[in-house]
Amino acid sequence: MGLFDRHAGLLEAYRDVRTTGADPFQIRMERVLSPTEAIINGRKMLLVGTNNYFGLTFDPSCMEAAIEAIRAEGTGTTGSRIANGSYSEHILLEEEIAEFYGKKHCMVFTTGYQANLGVISTLVGQGDHLLIDADSHASIYDACKMTQAEVVRFRHNDPSSLESRLRRLGDKPGNRLVILEGIYSMLGDSAPLREFVDVCKKYGAYVLVDEAHSLGALGETGRGLCESTGVLDDCHFIVGTFSKTLGAIGGYCVSNDPDFDVLRVTVRSYMFTASLPPSIVASVRQALRVVKARPELRKQLWDNVATLYDGLAAQGFKLGPEHGPVVGVHLPDRMLAIGFWRAMLDAGIYVNVAVPPATPNGVSLLRCSVCAAHTPEQLQHMIEVMTGIGRQLGVISGPPKLRVVAGNR
Amino acid sequence: MPDPGTGEPLLRTAHQLIVENDDIASTLELPRLASRVDVIREICRHLAPYQAGERPIVGATVIAKDLTIDSLAIMDMVMELEDSFDVSIPMNVVAEIHTVDQLADTILDLRSKR
Ligand SMILES: Cc1ncc(COP(=O)(O)O)c(C=O)c1O
Repeated sequence: MGLFDRHAGLLEAYRDVRTTGADPFQIRMERVLSPTEAIINGRKMLLVGTNNYFGLTFDPSCMEAAIEAIRAEGTGTTGSRIANGSYSEHILLEEEIAEFYGKKHCMVFTTGYQANLGVISTLVGQGDHLLIDADSHASIYDACKMTQAEVVRFRHNDPSSLESRLRRLGDKPGNRLVILEGIYSMLGDSAPLREFVDVCKKYGAYVLVDEAHSLGALGETGRGLCESTGVLDDCHFIVGTFSKTLGAIGGYCVSNDPDFDVLRVTVRSYMFTASLPPSIVASVRQALRVVKARPELRKQLWDNVATLYDGLAAQGFKLGPEHGPVVGVHLPDRMLAIGFWRAMLDAGIYVNVAVPPATPNGVSLLRCSVCAAHTPEQLQHMIEVMTGIGRQLGVISGPPKLRVVAGNR
Repeated sequence: MPDPGTGEPLLRTAHQLIVENDDIASTLELPRLASRVDVIREICRHLAPYQAGERPIVGATVIAKDLTIDSLAIMDMVMELEDSFDVSIPMNVVAEIHTVDQLADTILDLRSKR
């Protein structure tokens, strides 16, 4: 048996996608022009699938900070924090994130994926119980594979489903750790966090919230769902990423636990990979300042979300359950989703296509992510394009029939 | 007479338990003493949509191989069975289960340990 034979089914499905001439999983951005535009296939495209919620990738102050840091400290750290030591800026960044959340400790990772993978798999071990939302991100599922703890899934966004699983554990020994996300990455829906926290308190479970998609977007000061639902103090661990709202790359975890720092010498995804380069650390520190200083970006983002979500809903598209910086458009099946995606690309609009098994409940989606920097005109144009394609493909019904007045009556 | 599985006294007449904390609780009542046949029937009910061709689903059916179900749908089915039978089946245990029989035995085993 060949090494790749086990992937035969996947290869076949993938071939189906590629024979149509465009591969949604290997798009080449020939030149990125701004947070909302890039050249793809030689044409200028509107970007509505980049998780660049505040549009900070081209923020002049963040770019300058990164360039200055490269000049001062070079291009990379060439090693991990425990082997090669920390740069002052790593420590300053950690202090600034901890202060942002009002927590005592922060650890920065090279990606958000590694933060979830390392922290979750290390916090619980043999004899402990890890309870995860069924729609958790791949990084959380991968952490489950690495831990010795017993892992149980509960129904997505359903505190009573979590409760029945905590109740069934009864007086079994071992810690309970519950994993939730601020905003879910496929349909843009938020967890009923306060209700979840109440259940966790009742059963003495620790709570970890991944605010990957909610940092900046939710809360009075952009700290995420923990802030907007008023449970910052009840969330023992908050994980997040620099790769979305903050426009760079990297991950973090904050906590008040006095022994938190022991993770620096136990979490392998922290210990055995190179630390973030100076340019990234500098741009992230600046981006965090921008998030604090410019709350109007949050308002712009949500205004844009309302424009896109309400506009698509009005045309009859089936969307995720609530407004969110991610707008997931349901399509009946995988092939239609890919066809729709390609038609969008032909019309000059780049979005993401998400098909099983990467999606919950086997749904096929066009995944759009909104940016504060989108103009209302860009979004109106997108709604018109999607409406046209949606009608052509029979996903939504056509315009109200014009009354036929001419003809052979 | 005590329940031979759990040692608990039997409910006098109804032998019925309403499953708590479940949105289908009002419609779904399962025997307090789920027998092996009941459990297998319930599993087969979940698996029916994934039957491949005419081959019936039986105890020896290998779930991930003989049927058209993918790993995510298996996990979702397990979540529903967990609520139907009021047990939790950890993911590492699910990974070791191959056949309908093994899944049923796991559920019965976990029920007996409650
Ligand atoms: C919910 C969630 N957690 C974690 C991550 C990983 O973040 P990163 O891109 O920093 O690895 C992502 C992004 O892909 C995500 O959507």
